[in-house]
Amino acid sequence: MPGLYRIQEGPLNLDEAVRAVAGPDRGAIATFLGIGRDHNAGRRVLRLEYQAYAAMAERVMREIGEEITERCGTPHTALLHRVGTVDIGEVSVIVAVAAAHRRQALAGCSHAIERLKAAVPIWKKEYFEGGAVWIEGPSGADPAGGPTSDSTR
Amino acid sequence: MRIAVLLFARYSEVAGVSSIEVDVPPGATLSQVWEAVQARVPGLRRETAPLLARDRAYARSEQTVQPGDEIAAFPPVSGG
Repeated sequence: MPGLYRIQEGPLNLDEAVRAVAGPDRGAIATFLGIGRDHNAGRRVLRLEYQAYAAMAERVMREIGEEITERCGTPHTALLHRVGTVDIGEVSVIVAVAAAHRRQALAGCSHAIERLKAAVPIWKKEYFEGGAVWIEGPSGADPAGGPTSDSTR
Repeated sequence: MRIAVLLFARYSEVAGVSSIEVDVPPGATLSQVWEAVQARVPGLRRETAPLLARDRAYARSEQTVQPGDEIAAFPPVSGG
């Protein structure tokens, strides 16, 4: 089964993600990097800390790869997410999708990060001057929503 | 029957543990399991709609549980 799906401590490597999806029949690779940002909701953010339910997270990531296979016609997806402390400017998540043509790769990459943010059991804690808070996604969301239920989002 | 429930992020922080065991009647649903967790952890009593998972897949609150199932409860996710 092609693809790379991993929760890990320590820095993420874009080259690894690209290598995992590249191949001679693929003319396009789209990548997305999520970066620790220094501000949120009017606060100066000092650092982030991520926690994951790793066993389930990797399983849901693999399901997202299967969605991309169905929707975009390419099975070549890599999803890497870091846990533990992520400093400002560091990479927290990498998506890479390879396909024969650019439209499939770009659509797959976009779908992958949206679904990851909605469904993969990972949580971000934001440390700011004077405190820390767990960030939580919208509570009405249906994280189990699969390839059909989110097609109009 | 005794069921272990994995807790994550804010739920785990509020409970002070990453896993908690509760006793529920045979044939209990995930909803009943969560109520048993809330009874043990007062700080979670306002959490009426947790995300629930059984054996590492999202599950609905009316699904029943069996001993040995890997059950988890957690707040809305925020990765990325």
